[in-house]
Amino acid sequence: MDTIIDAFFNIDIMRQATPLLLKGAWVTLQLCAVVILLGLCGGLALALLASSRSALLRLPAFVFIDIFRAIPPLILLILIYAGLPFVGVRVPPFVAVCIAFLLNNSAYFAEIFRSGIKAIPRGQMEAARATGLSPSQAQAWVILPQAIRNVLPDLLSNVVEIVKLTSIASVVSLSELLYSANMARAVTYNSSPLVMAAGLYLLLLWPLVRVISRFQRGLSISH
Amino acid sequence: MTAAQPLPTLEITALEKRFGETQVLRSIDLKVQNGELVFVIGPSGSGKSTMLRCCNRLEEPTSGAIHVSGKPMLGIPRKELDRMRLQVGMVFQGFFLYPHLTALKNVTLAQRKALKRPRAEAEARALEMLDKVGLKHKADAMPSELSGGQQQRVAIARALALDPKVMLFDEPTSALDPELVGSVLKVMRDLREGGMTMIVVSHEMQFAREAADRVVFMDGGVIVEEGPPEEIFGNPKSDRLKAFLSRVSGEAA
Ligand SMILES: Nc1ncnc2c1ncn2[C@@H]1O[C@H](COP(=O)(O)OP(=O)(O)OP(=O)(O)O)[C@@H](O)[C@H]1O
Ligand SMILES: [Mg+2]
Repeated sequence: MDTIIDAFFNIDIMRQATPLLLKGAWVTLQLCAVVILLGLCGGLALALLASSRSALLRLPAFVFIDIFRAIPPLILLILIYAGLPFVGVRVPPFVAVCIAFLLNNSAYFAEIFRSGIKAIPRGQMEAARATGLSPSQAQAWVILPQAIRNVLPDLLSNVVEIVKLTSIASVVSLSELLYSANMARAVTYNSSPLVMAAGLYLLLLWPLVRVISRFQRGLSISH
Repeated sequence: MTAAQPLPTLEITALEKRFGETQVLRSIDLKVQNGELVFVIGPSGSGKSTMLRCCNRLEEPTSGAIHVSGKPMLGIPRKELDRMRLQVGMVFQGFFLYPHLTALKNVTLAQRKALKRPRAEAEARALEMLDKVGLKHKADAMPSELSGGQQQRVAIARALALDPKVMLFDEPTSALDPELVGSVLKVMRDLREGGMTMIVVSHEMQFAREAADRVVFMDGGVIVEEGPPEEIFGNPKSDRLKAFLSRVSGEAA
């Protein structure tokens, strides 16, 4: 029992690792803010293209969405970070992570937005156009507010996935939470910093997870 | 000569509509004068909705012309079409209120975004229109809190607030419980008294008798017969109209 506590829940080691982990947590937060924002914007743009009436706009959007939903983000990240220098483009770790996540997340967010847009009855768009709203005004004021509200639980679930996924940035030596915890583990020969990192993720995500299950319960009751 | 004849508020000329191979409208001609209420009847699938939807180009006509107060609806740039649509109010069988907005916001949205009216003016106008349909006290209600009849009246207010020259009604009471039909018909009757130009597709024959200036009978994508309600209901000429009327009165009985 003591050996388990010593190996995973060592208070002294956790205390020593705290400054490093907090720094890592701060980087993770910044990273999350940037990649989630990028993903939402890219996803919305893609979803609008994919919902367009013109096949010329729709087709490339669908191809993009399918491709980047299928490629593992870790492969993308390593390709961008380690592969691009061979063609003369050197990108810093943070930027590499942002690009990889933009490609991956916007495909996922696009699929969520698109299903939300598709679920809005056609009469909504027709009513809006019949009152003289332009296609983009109808989209912005009538369709999207309803679509987004309907898929809010899915959007939030995806945000949770993204936050966890940012830990793959550790493979390009970006000193986010997992990278920092793993450093501390290597230095102290003790896994407690990793447990602490897991605890920090839990702290960060638990409220969000609660909100989502509240949403989903609310939905199933109101239906 | 016809020089003395006033410009029709809505003029449909040689309108044709095909969906792929199926010809839904074949050479429809219809003039609606200012302040006139034209009532359209016909069996299911005869093209009534399609004709209305061509008037504001929710459906793209295959050929022909639509003019509103002499201005063309077809062959104009999209921005111009959006402006022209402001003059053609449309009321749908399914209401299609915006469920995420209050009744008031439903009525102000297009005023603000399409007409660019300032907020205060749009809200004043919206309240005026909600009052007209008897729902000023529901201005802050969400559509889900309103009955079908109330939703349809808000939808009418939404169209009226844009000061249209003509109002198109596509079976405005067909989705309503019988006890709610009267409130919507009353609003339409008031509108007519106020001089609004209207085309109404509906099965409310009693309303047609009382309020219509002219009844148009459509079948198979053509206008088979038209005339004053007394004529159409009291003295139908074509066999198709006779058959339709006996079928409808049979259903009602
Ligand atoms: N988008 C469409 N694509 C293909 N066919 C269509 C389309 N819309 C309508 N139609 C066809 O056009 C014909 C006329 O339809 P329309 O809805 O105008 O009839 P209606 O007179 O309004 O009938 P109802 O009384 O049932 O509302 C029907 O045969 C219908 O199947
Ligand atoms: Mg119809």
